[in-house]
Amino acid sequence: MAIHLTKESKVLVQGMTGGQGMRHTRRMLAAGTNVVGGVNPRKAGQNVDFGGRGVPVFGSVADGIRSTGADVTVVFVPPPFAKDAVVEAADAGIPLAVVITEGIPVHDTVALTSYAARRGTRVIGPNCPGLITPGQSNAGIIPADITKPGPIGLVSKSGTLTYQLMYELRDIGFSTCVGIGGDPVVGTSHIDCLAAFQDDPDTELIVLIGEIGGDAEERAAAHIRDHVTKPVVGYIAGFTAPEGRTMGHAGAIVSGTAGTARAKQEALEAAEVRVGRTPSETAALVLRTLRAD
Amino acid sequence: MDLYEHQARQLFEEHGIPVPRAEVTDSPQEARGIARRLGGRAVVKAQVKTGGRGKAGGVRFAADPAAAELTARQMLGTDIKGHRVGTVMLAEPVDVAEEFYVSYVLDRTAGGFLAIASAQGGMEIEDVAATRPEAVARIPVDRAEGVTSATAQEIAATAGLPPQTVDVLMRLWQVLVREDALLVEVNPLVRTGQGQILALDGKVTLDDNARFRQARLGEHGERHQDPLEAAAAERGLTYVRLDGEVGVIGNGAGLVMSTLDVVAGCGARPANFLDIGGGASAQVMADGLSVILSDPAVKSVLVNVFGGITACDAVAEGIVSAVDTVRLTKPLVVRLDGNNAARGRAILGERAHPLVEHATTMDGAARRAAELAHTA
Repeated sequence: MAIHLTKESKVLVQGMTGGQGMRHTRRMLAAGTNVVGGVNPRKAGQNVDFGGRGVPVFGSVADGIRSTGADVTVVFVPPPFAKDAVVEAADAGIPLAVVITEGIPVHDTVALTSYAARRGTRVIGPNCPGLITPGQSNAGIIPADITKPGPIGLVSKSGTLTYQLMYELRDIGFSTCVGIGGDPVVGTSHIDCLAAFQDDPDTELIVLIGEIGGDAEERAAAHIRDHVTKPVVGYIAGFTAPEGRTMGHAGAIVSGTAGTARAKQEALEAAEVRVGRTPSETAALVLRTLRAD
Repeated sequence: MDLYEHQARQLFEEHGIPVPRAEVTDSPQEARGIARRLGGRAVVKAQVKTGGRGKAGGVRFAADPAAAELTARQMLGTDIKGHRVGTVMLAEPVDVAEEFYVSYVLDRTAGGFLAIASAQGGMEIEDVAATRPEAVARIPVDRAEGVTSATAQEIAATAGLPPQTVDVLMRLWQVLVREDALLVEVNPLVRTGQGQILALDGKVTLDDNARFRQARLGEHGERHQDPLEAAAAERGLTYVRLDGEVGVIGNGAGLVMSTLDVVAGCGARPANFLDIGGGASAQVMADGLSVILSDPAVKSVLVNVFGGITACDAVAEGIVSAVDTVRLTKPLVVRLDGNNAARGRAILGERAHPLVEHATTMDGAARRAAELAHTA
């Protein structure tokens, strides 16, 4: 089962023929991902060779879907063109767009996420490492060799903290790990992933990684209290980080929370989420919780 | 990037929002001339990127050009909440009848923009929002549709603002969209005794990601007051100076923040935050390390890298090249895991430097770096 990505997923890569796209398509294929094509209007009809496996390049996402039945696209397109790439994918009716691109202007992200939502396309990211269902498929840039399939579902804003926790818990393994991205606006929230993990029979325990800023973790805590029956272990980074920008008076008026690590930890603990003080302590809490079950 | 008040004022003016006459300077003599041009009397306003400026004495009235010069002299170079006053703005005094609050801000939770407006503007707006939320209107704005005259009328009516503010509300939205802003705030927006609407003070935050299509972001370029922050910015690194003794460098904001926490948990204080980003080259690593090593407060350095797209052998090459060029005098604890970690460790092992140590875990590395900082 896992969430959002399985071995059945047929993956297109927008921006496959660029440097990043080539490198990570090679790694995705090595991880067993069923990459069915790339998209580049200037190279349509070509075949790109990845160590003996030819991957066709389509002129548009719509062409790619028609020829292959693709249901996931991974976007490596540079920031100035990323919005149009996602709009094209949504117009073509793709169910899931994983946007790796870092540095997309927020106005573009607001436009692309709301456009995609209206057309029923889930966006993960932008500025995210993607998601991996170990042993099945890898859509993005998460290293596939850290860990194996197992009972833990993980959702995180931070890429490298995701890798750190996957590494700490490599002997237990993961159902799916989702890096939702650290930008102010993202297409898929902690809550979306919590709900999917709650419904996923392969997931026994959920690890939620957050960091300072915004109120996503506080809202996730409220969701856990009301809707999640599986055990959740949390980790928050940024207790010693300097205070961030305040966005004038408007920032405080909008969120109603300080957004500090302490505030997030307290919100999670109030929802009976055990929160580790370090990645290693978080991993230890996961082990203890799984053994107690 | 947050703009100074005078930069926000200029943006407002360019987009046709009425603002008081004003000029900015870093010289007390010029302040006298500006006051004269403004008609003699002037409000002298310290240009700092922090709130609560008025309460901290950063806004003062000068009754004549000589007083303006004296006030500017007293204000320039002082410190307001940790921000040095480098320039002052002199503005013509305004006869204020009413103070309003209006802003458009990114609502992260909703993934869109929100109009916030109140007839109770001024310095106490956050208190008003907390104690009498009904006095502050919050209206989501569909970015694709924008603020039409109907939307602006709705915002004004909901907040109890006079109809003359509708034009300002529409123009302020244009500032947000055309300048790629994440926040445009006017506080206070005033009605003068003569019935004129004026934006008396403003705050604008621009989106650094929009640099490729907003030439202005370059013009407003941040001048870092801290020399190490300036050196790091020149090399394209994200560096924040803190007040401790353990230098910290890693890849990815989340992992670096987590590393600071683990160092603090070991009873030491981190000296900085430095993120070399994803896929960093040996050069980037070497640059980052040399910034940290040039900080006299640093007693030991912790390198914590989990290679995803970052290759640990490149990180190790960067460490070796930095150590070769700066003549290392401070101990370095290195933890490498992930992509090419074995090769990275081998590179450090081959060039065995007595001050470079290898650690196998993040916790162990932090503990050791804290220990070394204490014994240094």
